[in-house]
Amino acid sequence: MALPQVKQTATEARLAAMTRPDGAKWITEIREAALARVSDMGLPGARDEYWKYTRPETLVQPEAPQAATFDDDDEQLFHEFDRLKVVFVDGVFSAEDSDDLTLEGIEISRLADVATQDIHWAKDLYGTLETNGQTPVQRPLAALNTAYAADGIVIRVTGAPSKPVNLIYEHRATGSDVLLHHVIKVEEGAEFTLLENGPAAARLNKVLEVDIADTGKFHHIRAQGRDHERRAATHIFARLGRESAFKSFTMTANGALTRNECVIELTGDDAIAHVAGACVGDGDFVHDDTVFITHDAENCESRQVFKKVLRNGAVGVFQGKILVKAGAQKTDGYQISQSLLLDGDSQFLAKPELEIYADDVACSHGSTSGAIDETALFYLRSRGLPHGIATDLLTLAFLAEAVQEIEDQDLQAEINTRIERWLERRRG
Amino acid sequence: MAALDDVNVKEGVDQETVEAVRGLSGTYKYGWNTDVEMEYAPKGLTPDIVRLISEKNEEPEWMTEWRLAAYERWLQKKEPDWAMIDYPEIDFQNQYYYARPKSFDQKPKSLDEVDPKLLETYEKLGIPLKEQMILAGVEGAEDAPAEGRKVAVDAVFDSVSVGTTFQKELAKAGVIFCSISEAIREHPELVKKYLGSVVPVNDNFYATLNSAVFSDGSFVYVPPGVRCPMELSTYFRINAENTGQFERTLIIADKGSYVSYLEGCTAPQRDVAQLHAAVVEIILEEDAEVKYSTVQNWYPGDENGKGGIYNFVTKRADCRGDRSKVMWTQVETGSAVTWKYPSCILRGKESQGEFYSIAITNNHQQADTGTKMIHLGKDTKSRIVSKGISAGKAQNTYRGLVSMHPKATNSRNYTQCDSLLIGSDCGAHTVPYIEVKNNSSRCEHEATTSKVDDDQLFYCRQRGMDEEEAVALVVNGFCKEVLQALPMEFAMEAQQLVAISLEGSVG
Repeated sequence: MALPQVKQTATEARLAAMTRPDGAKWITEIREAALARVSDMGLPGARDEYWKYTRPETLVQPEAPQAATFDDDDEQLFHEFDRLKVVFVDGVFSAEDSDDLTLEGIEISRLADVATQDIHWAKDLYGTLETNGQTPVQRPLAALNTAYAADGIVIRVTGAPSKPVNLIYEHRATGSDVLLHHVIKVEEGAEFTLLENGPAAARLNKVLEVDIADTGKFHHIRAQGRDHERRAATHIFARLGRESAFKSFTMTANGALTRNECVIELTGDDAIAHVAGACVGDGDFVHDDTVFITHDAENCESRQVFKKVLRNGAVGVFQGKILVKAGAQKTDGYQISQSLLLDGDSQFLAKPELEIYADDVACSHGSTSGAIDETALFYLRSRGLPHGIATDLLTLAFLAEAVQEIEDQDLQAEINTRIERWLERRRG
Repeated sequence: MAALDDVNVKEGVDQETVEAVRGLSGTYKYGWNTDVEMEYAPKGLTPDIVRLISEKNEEPEWMTEWRLAAYERWLQKKEPDWAMIDYPEIDFQNQYYYARPKSFDQKPKSLDEVDPKLLETYEKLGIPLKEQMILAGVEGAEDAPAEGRKVAVDAVFDSVSVGTTFQKELAKAGVIFCSISEAIREHPELVKKYLGSVVPVNDNFYATLNSAVFSDGSFVYVPPGVRCPMELSTYFRINAENTGQFERTLIIADKGSYVSYLEGCTAPQRDVAQLHAAVVEIILEEDAEVKYSTVQNWYPGDENGKGGIYNFVTKRADCRGDRSKVMWTQVETGSAVTWKYPSCILRGKESQGEFYSIAITNNHQQADTGTKMIHLGKDTKSRIVSKGISAGKAQNTYRGLVSMHPKATNSRNYTQCDSLLIGSDCGAHTVPYIEVKNNSSRCEHEATTSKVDDDQLFYCRQRGMDEEEAVALVVNGFCKEVLQALPMEFAMEAQQLVAISLEGSVG
């Protein structure tokens, strides 16, 4: 079907402004196929149902809108943790800032290097999960990423590395327009923790493809923060084998526009997928969590926990879906999305969806929105707490259900401290 | 019913529920047709057909123009494709848009003059068009109060209204209850003022189509301060083959008035699918209250999905006045395809909207139904309770919108939608949209399985029930809620449904 004219024009304009990176034959073919997908689908437009609540224009336009960089004195997130640092500066891997990439139980390479090799295992994965994730809902920005991303990290986990890998994204140029594509393969029985933080770019388009083999485990803790004017469209595509586990948590603070899509396919029995997010937004802030979980095997569990604290006209969006395919019996699906609106200007827009084709399943979904509980506030104040502190305390309590999805207690505390500081800075 | 006999029902699903669903979808009781000579307008849809319908209804010029304008709009509209329903393309030119019994050449002046065959039809359906105290033949009506209950009926047969009962008695109270064609002639000032003011002509594809070709329907006006002395009801019957039914209902509840309105519908069993596209508009002024109940029992098609009614309906209530209240209750068991979203625009301060729905689909039936609660005024309240049950190869979708506008401060919404699957070849889907644009409003969307009211649970536990029993009691209580909202006249249908519980629901 021909694309609407507006979409066609916008897509062509964006593609004309991009250059496809060089690479070996296999990756060139994958990139060409991805480009064909983008041309077929067209980039997202304001009239797309999947973009009903978030305007995609600034993510699609040829030039990235400028975003100032901020230097604060805060220590970097996770700095106290023993981790292997991999640093990207405006989307380009920086060997100088990064640690040595060798670690037992894990192979780490740079996408730019992998792309030049004639043979690499990533050939079977790069763009594959993204392609699968295009149905039933199209995700053209992810296909655009597969076609044009020049850098990223390619990881194969074979054992249980002694420390997590920390991807750090530095943002230095005010107009940086960055595409990053990571591929992670967790082999059978392996376990791996990935940390991500940093503002990354004025405009970031990031894809993370994670393939988890039977009994493999993948933990993911991500912080998107600081720069107020940054924009980001990220996609996580995960495929889970039998008895495997995928647990991802994202904290977002600030940012003019963030769209985090998470597409998970449970293909092996008894697998577990948890996705959680906590976001705090003040003023010019749009945050969109779009999750699509497909249950295609028996006895799997999925959990989505998303909490948003919004003030001064901030907008929170949640589009979550659990699709239970015929035959995916004994599925246990849980989905909760909640927002705390700290003032009358903020908005919460949600679409918590279920699509179920199996009869022996339990899927519950809930969504609530409202102001801070006056009774609780009164109670705290009657105990002598000033209004600001009482509000912050209740806000933290509200976010706790999401933050507690992080298994590691220390990482949980680290994230909590950041949220506390964010609230403190805004306390009147 | 073969499809359900050999099905493996999962543990935890109430056996009585399965039985009830089976019972409901046994042989379709209303599948016979009435053999009367019909008069058709030529097949297809053209401006001439629109003019012809208008002419047959003896409408004034402004009405004809209104219809023609709608027709022009319709030509530019695209059929919506977002609902989770799948049906062969409808050929809008291969339909009759107007069919009426020959005996209506001279419009009968009173019920006594109506063709006895038609009266028999309604008698057989359990809706006698006689002005009697109790609706005889309706099981369950025995429980009616001793002094008798009166129900005024407007019966629509294909494209025309056969007759309206109790008109005189209603007129004494000041209530106008007649067919819409009569209202256009007798009360043009009311029709002109309100028609299309809730569902605009260009609202959606089917509403626009309806605006162009609606042939009949009901009209109700309840004057200020009047509590309608009896229940009003309308009964739609499709009889002719290849004929679409397009009825239009307009209900105006003036300040401080109250009316309860019931709607029933059936159609004969035919191999070819038939189209039904209705529009219902309700206007509520200050302190008015309207209860609108539907038992939709159109022919659902056979077990292989052949035939059945395609039901595309736009229903909307506009709570214009402060403290007005509207309540939609629907029991959807029929139709091959249902596309229906009775909605509430809560414009007045402290206005309230309620939506209670049970949708049961079996065999190849598909239902995409739900509601829209649009909160515009301060302190508005809405409540949605939706139960979907899917069996056989059916697909059942709840689709709803709750929208709290920035000015709708201190508003409240509570939504609860559950679905149950009987067998492993069917599907149940939930597509809620929640838009909250102020912070003093509270919005809750829940599935019972995830949350049962703690206080109720505590109370039950205190009375010595174990936790499971207590949860079951509370959950089933919710389902009964929908049934209790149905007026007496639907006692028979309700009786069949009380056995339904949502135990073992999927989400």
